[in-house]
Amino acid sequence: MRFFEYEAREVVKRAGIPVTDFGFVTDAEEARAVAERIGGPTVIKSQVLTGGRMKAGGVKFADTPDEAVAYAADILKLEINGHMPRGVLVDPKADVAQEFYAGVVWDGIRKQPVIIFSPVGGIDIEQVAEEQPDKVGRQHFSNILPLSEFTAKQVIASTGVTGSDLNKLVPIVVRLARLFVENDMTLAEINPLGKLADGSFVALDAHMDMENEARVRHKGLLADLGVGDEETREAREPTEFELAGEAVDNASHRGVAGNVTEFDGNLGLVIGAGGGSLTLFDAVRKYGGEPANYCEIGGNPSVEKTKGLAKLVLSKPGVDKIAVMMSIVSNTRVDIVARGVIAACLELGMDPAEKISIFRIPGAWEEEGFKILEKYGVRYADRSTSMHEAAKLAVEAL
Amino acid sequence: MSILVDAETTFIVQGITGREAVNLTRECLDYGTGAKIVGGVTPGRLGREIHGVPVFDTVQQAVEHHGSPIDGSVVTVPPAFTKDAVLEAIENGIRLIVIVTERIPRRDVAQMVELAALRGARIIGPNCLGIIVPDVIKMGGIGGPAKDAAKSYAKGSIGVISRSGGMTTEMSSTLSAAGLGISTAVSIGGDAIIGSTYAELMPLFEADEETKGIVIYTEPGGRMEAELARWKTENNSRLPIVAFMAGKFMDEMPGMSFGHAGTIVEGKEDTATEKIARLQDAGITVAEEISQIPELMKEAMA
Amino acid sequence: MRSDATFIGVEVSDEVIGDTELAQKLEDACPVDIYANAAGRVEIVEPNLDECILCALCIQASPPGTVAVHKLYSGETLTDAA
Repeated sequence: MRFFEYEAREVVKRAGIPVTDFGFVTDAEEARAVAERIGGPTVIKSQVLTGGRMKAGGVKFADTPDEAVAYAADILKLEINGHMPRGVLVDPKADVAQEFYAGVVWDGIRKQPVIIFSPVGGIDIEQVAEEQPDKVGRQHFSNILPLSEFTAKQVIASTGVTGSDLNKLVPIVVRLARLFVENDMTLAEINPLGKLADGSFVALDAHMDMENEARVRHKGLLADLGVGDEETREAREPTEFELAGEAVDNASHRGVAGNVTEFDGNLGLVIGAGGGSLTLFDAVRKYGGEPANYCEIGGNPSVEKTKGLAKLVLSKPGVDKIAVMMSIVSNTRVDIVARGVIAACLELGMDPAEKISIFRIPGAWEEEGFKILEKYGVRYADRSTSMHEAAKLAVEAL
Repeated sequence: MSILVDAETTFIVQGITGREAVNLTRECLDYGTGAKIVGGVTPGRLGREIHGVPVFDTVQQAVEHHGSPIDGSVVTVPPAFTKDAVLEAIENGIRLIVIVTERIPRRDVAQMVELAALRGARIIGPNCLGIIVPDVIKMGGIGGPAKDAAKSYAKGSIGVISRSGGMTTEMSSTLSAAGLGISTAVSIGGDAIIGSTYAELMPLFEADEETKGIVIYTEPGGRMEAELARWKTENNSRLPIVAFMAGKFMDEMPGMSFGHAGTIVEGKEDTATEKIARLQDAGITVAEEISQIPELMKEAMA
Repeated sequence: MRSDATFIGVEVSDEVIGDTELAQKLEDACPVDIYANAAGRVEIVEPNLDECILCALCIQASPPGTVAVHKLYSGETLTDAA
């Protein structure tokens, strides 16, 4: 999940990294008090979860508190890339001598976090890596050995930074690495990390992503920051349908009915597992179908969970039928899924034979599943029908 | 021959009294020549039996009871406890660990993987369905109950590596039905950080005389396919590779997460289109649909 | 005592319903909590019936012929002979 800049700055501050004396406001008038407290020129920044703020007019420089209020009012109403701001950040305009970059991400090939550092900050680090590779240092670090300062020192020094800059940057970079690990981040980036006229360093912007699976371990932090449990922080805000899907999944730990995503077609999809869902969604679209949704059943969901998901999809306005399809299953039971989707139809007063366009789930307990499907007259296919063929049949039945 | 496991492999099931573990224990005992499941571990349940397998409180007790080192473990304990269980297995001499559990935070996985590397142990997974050698042994839920696994997995010479458990079986079943059986199939897991990537398993298949071709399933997100493409280019491998990629629709929806944790499309290099090109440049054939894979494999092996 | 849901029905002989040890054994054995030890008596938890995974651990835990699981969709029954 992605943090807003003002939240990320707070996380950075808690880790002991110097930040500017910023204020987060949700009301234009509140910006006045912050600007007065700062007592100098300010930067008013839209707090949205998308990039391109500057270009869209979401970042403005204000010389007086009056201007700060005016800009705050404008920006609070400004939609950027489909996002409305959560609020605005009122930031002191810093007197920056040089901008640096410090970030930590996961390297899935080395299977360790990697610190990325550059004395060329303020712009896209990938661009710097391409144009000035000797100015970008990378240093992996262990997850089982204690993180020691020399690791940060090495990566900073490798880019040519020395002197008092080096010594001031080391504790900052170590703390960034530590906060990355301790908070289960997938990305922790300070860009730019500003060196001020007096030689001190301060984080001028921060970007943090926390791993979704780890959110349960950080309830305290998330509560302090005011991040609601239901906030997914994806590229766009979740719809009611998607939130309902998440509720079905969260109701029990038995199996997964996940990643429920809304689309606007007429063919509801009760599909899985992860890989199967991706394949089937591609297949449905290839054969001209219009999915009403995406989802992923996996890990042997209970009858209750499957039923909940199927009911949600069946009840979605515009859905004519549902297709229940998966790649051959090993640990998901065909008979349990059959029970779930049929029970969903029955509880909604619908005829399973009519509402289920096709049921294609070969695999574990399929004979038992076929008994149930036959009892209720549902059209089904076994493994001799490929996933793409099943998708085609599902689309054609509409 | 096979990779990773064979008829003699001994293993335990950690979290054996859980719903999923009870199922897979039965399945592994029934499959092939019958898996040598020498114990199960669920803290507090010492003395119980699951399908005849003795349950212990600790891995140490299981090893003592067995009287000699145990080769492997299938771990099904919930995500909050998985790291502890895996560390326990490694520190009690277990060298092959299949982690079935999903939704484990990356940090924990990185720690497990790093300790395994330090101790010379190998992790398969997490969030995976395990390993199968047709007609011989299965380690994990892969293929389901014995007679279902037998339907999907015929013995042969194709090595299968897949990030998706279900697709491992789907592709294997398609291959088997076309007369191309499987040497060993490995469900490597769908997370961003996993114990064994395609490139890391290729040398094992390379050394297995029985394996004559490789089929892989892949998705957008991550760099494991790039790593495989690089491996193929740098090593004079005798094994032709056919790949299938799912999730092509995600190229049109950046920032949204579908599929596995490792599957968020963020930068241009992660898109399905780019990945397919990179695989093809390395001489890896990419199939449009699963049903095409057997023909493509036969052509590539000719 | 017999209780049927949509797909699964469970039957426990009246003579063992009051068996406290059995009530606890059944509660422990069932992975989907169909049985509960209700103050020493065997209780069937109806909302969980359709979750039955047909593992037959309840049948194995009980004296022969006292517990049966009915597949309502096919008319078959799991007993200790299964």
